Amino acid sequence: MAQAAPLRVPVVVDTLPNGLVLIIHEDRSVPVVTTNVWYHVGSGDEKLGRTGFAHLFEHLMFMGSKNAPYPQFDRLLEAAGANNNGSTTTDRTNYYESGPASALPLMLWLEADRLGWMLETMDKDKVDLQRDVVKNERRQSYENQPYGMAFENLAAAIYPKGHPYSWSTIGSMADLSAASLEDVKEFFKTYYAPNNASIVVAGAVNPDSVKALARQMFSEIPRGPAITRSAAPAPFTLRDTVFVLEDRVQLPRLYLAWHTVKEFSPDDAALDIASYVLAGARNSRLTQALVFEKEVATNASAFNSSKRVDGDFQIQVTARPGFRLDSLQRLVDAELNRLAAGGPTARELDQAKNAIEASFLNRLEFSGNKADQLNAYYYATGTPDFFQQDLDRYRKVTAADVQRVVRQYLLAGRVTMSIVPQGKPELAATRRVVQ
Amino acid sequence: MKRLTLSALLVLSASSSGVADAQLAAFDRTKPPALGPTPPLTVPNVVSRRLANGPALRVVEHRELPLVQVTLTIAGGGRLDNEQPGLTSFVANLLDEGAGTRDANGLQSELAFLGASLSTSASWDFTTVSLKVARRNLEAALDLMADVVLRPTFAAAEVRRQRDLRLAGILQQKDQPNVLAGLAINQAIFPVGHPYRRALGGDSASTAPLDSATVRQAYEGSIRPERATFYVVGDLAAADAERLLGARFGKWTARGPERRPAPVLVNAVRAPGNQVIFVDKPGAAQSVVVIGAPGVERTSADFAAIDVMNTILGGSFSSRLNTVLRETKGYTYGASTGFTWRPLPGPFTASSSVRTNVTDSSLVEFFKELRAIREAPVSAEELARAKAYLTLAIPGDLEGVSQIAGQLTSLAAWNLTLDELRAYVENVEKVTVADVQRVAQRYIPADNAFIVVVGDLNQVRGGVEALRLGTATIRTVADLTSERRPQ
Repeated sequence: MAQAAPLRVPVVVDTLPNGLVLIIHEDRSVPVVTTNVWYHVGSGDEKLGRTGFAHLFEHLMFMGSKNAPYPQFDRLLEAAGANNNGSTTTDRTNYYESGPASALPLMLWLEADRLGWMLETMDKDKVDLQRDVVKNERRQSYENQPYGMAFENLAAAIYPKGHPYSWSTIGSMADLSAASLEDVKEFFKTYYAPNNASIVVAGAVNPDSVKALARQMFSEIPRGPAITRSAAPAPFTLRDTVFVLEDRVQLPRLYLAWHTVKEFSPDDAALDIASYVLAGARNSRLTQALVFEKEVATNASAFNSSKRVDGDFQIQVTARPGFRLDSLQRLVDAELNRLAAGGPTARELDQAKNAIEASFLNRLEFSGNKADQLNAYYYATGTPDFFQQDLDRYRKVTAADVQRVVRQYLLAGRVTMSIVPQGKPELAATRRVVQ
Repeated sequence: MKRLTLSALLVLSASSSGVADAQLAAFDRTKPPALGPTPPLTVPNVVSRRLANGPALRVVEHRELPLVQVTLTIAGGGRLDNEQPGLTSFVANLLDEGAGTRDANGLQSELAFLGASLSTSASWDFTTVSLKVARRNLEAALDLMADVVLRPTFAAAEVRRQRDLRLAGILQQKDQPNVLAGLAINQAIFPVGHPYRRALGGDSASTAPLDSATVRQAYEGSIRPERATFYVVGDLAAADAERLLGARFGKWTARGPERRPAPVLVNAVRAPGNQVIFVDKPGAAQSVVVIGAPGVERTSADFAAIDVMNTILGGSFSSRLNTVLRETKGYTYGASTGFTWRPLPGPFTASSSVRTNVTDSSLVEFFKELRAIREAPVSAEELARAKAYLTLAIPGDLEGVSQIAGQLTSLAAWNLTLDELRAYVENVEKVTVADVQRVAQRYIPADNAFIVVVGDLNQVRGGVEALRLGTATIRTVADLTSERRPQ
């Protein structure tokens, strides 16, 4: 293939005296703007007994502030033709608005008001209401979904008790019930400070105007105390763990999970490529073997879930009607062993790299995607425009690297979880036979 | 997430200026900053051509990134299926499971190697083949796209595999309360003989007999050059698009008898009075509630007024229904309403997933809102907010090559061009409070709705029946998912 031009997303970075980092990317292809704020706090920062709190707090950030009392946040943005939302992961919480460029002052004003003037308007009724909404979210997105409790159970099995990734971001019902107004205040004071945030403005804007506007909106907000994120978790070795859950499903699904590495560490990119070679495309190894050749599965997926301080790698395969998960597990193991023994072919490696490169180019089409990625790169590496360097991590991966990471991580101790139809535990995978 | 993303009802663009420097001078934090002026709407220029053998060509030169989107639509989707529901979507599904000299694996491997995304799908009215690729690999990827469209293999083994996978997927519908609710509402609104009664992807009875010969015959009857339009958006000139497509699709000719949709002799049903349809999911963590009635065709003169009305009722986060059910009562994570736009009226639905023990209370709130928007005028503030949300909300929907192609194809489904975006803005701006109430009275059901409740009936049935909304029936999951077509 012909060589592509280097990826560039030029930015202007401005750090305000109170510590807020402002990242501006000018893109005038369409007259829209996105603002995207990252607070460096996620579910991994929660205390035991308060799982789900970072995400509950995200909901409270939409419940009004001093100068934009509830329900002005949504109403003003909709009246300006803008959309907004937020999301919480293990490592960070983001908030974003996108709409016509004319709405930028409104977006920044709203973000500033809820950072600087939100807590004084918070009360128990708001906490109680959003607690109910979040519990509904847990029911809708997890409990009432087939296989919906998989992730929470896997996280608890992969990571030791107390590890920041050992519980789910949505949290448990009991912990959501326990969250109090005092918890909200303490959490806000600890993590929601300008010196724990970065804000990207991307779109049809003039960087100098954005700088002036952002300083006007945010400079009054005082710097908070220095923030200490949870320390790096103690290293651990995952032992083989086998268990089964019953669910209201028609077909059994097998989950395998391994403890791997944190994001941007040396083996991270090779594990991403391994996941592609295993199940990233129609002709990937697990998909090919289980879905199309042996016809024992309806689908196969694999992903490398590397996060800020740690990571895991998961494979999921769903059985076709009439097949037990043990037979699927044997085939998965055969493919893992084959990849560990011989590595990927040159063609497989090139295909994976080209597919990953295409995904980079596709991400650059939209200012909303660029804005979130600029914040992600800034947080992880200190360099917002890390696109080309990130792509280079993948370009450098060799077949030997992929083979090595498969051997090192995916032949090690693992979690084997089966989700089977209610009353059919006999379909579950049993302890694997050591080869 | 704070909320599930609501899908945009119509995609629009409005352009707008950058930051107003004047704002910096006079800043009062206690007041929301004023919005800048809205500049006139600009839409991309579209060049139209036609290949000699029939296919139309619409090209937008868009040079921001070295990417090209090629979308081929072929008129005639699931509506062609008549007595074989799911057949057209199955044909679409098989186009890229082996084509030209490559088997399914070889084809997908080559596409991925080129960094190309190729997908095939069918809606009720179109079969679509969509390609996105870097400009430098366009020629090679178009060769593969031509194989997929003109030379699909339909090898017996692949057809059987895909059929079995589809059957497994249909089986898994039983796990998904939202899918069950959708099946139930469609089977209530659309009578036997109406095309929208059936699932676009078919059911187990219609899928089981699918084989290679059936698929090939359906392919030849529907994937034809005179029905085809190519939309090309990206880093190339119209002349280049015409040359590249002409070289690959210029000899495409129709074969065999044409498939046509059967005439629709029955109309969607407005319930004679409210009717409750229960679907039992023992142990469900929530109840899925869908209230439905026949909607209206997209070409209705009321389209803009309906869009505004729906935005106020349940089409935006700050809509009445979401505000009451989620933000005031805490019954749900989100509630919404929407019209499904099709050539024949698709369904109107109001829906939510609600906590099991407030299923009845939620229905009370639903019906309060369905009645209120019919019985009283909306406020001037609600009207202005909805209009701004619709006309300014999505200027970014012409941001990337796939979005621009998506606009072109979705408007073309109604024989409309990008100029419609301007007309739509004008029409929305003209909508009055009286218009909103008029279309609510005409299209929003309050006494003639089907009310589907998918949940744990042991817990919810008594409370719902005590509301005396109307007659109640129970449909089983097995019945919903394996309904046999009358011949």
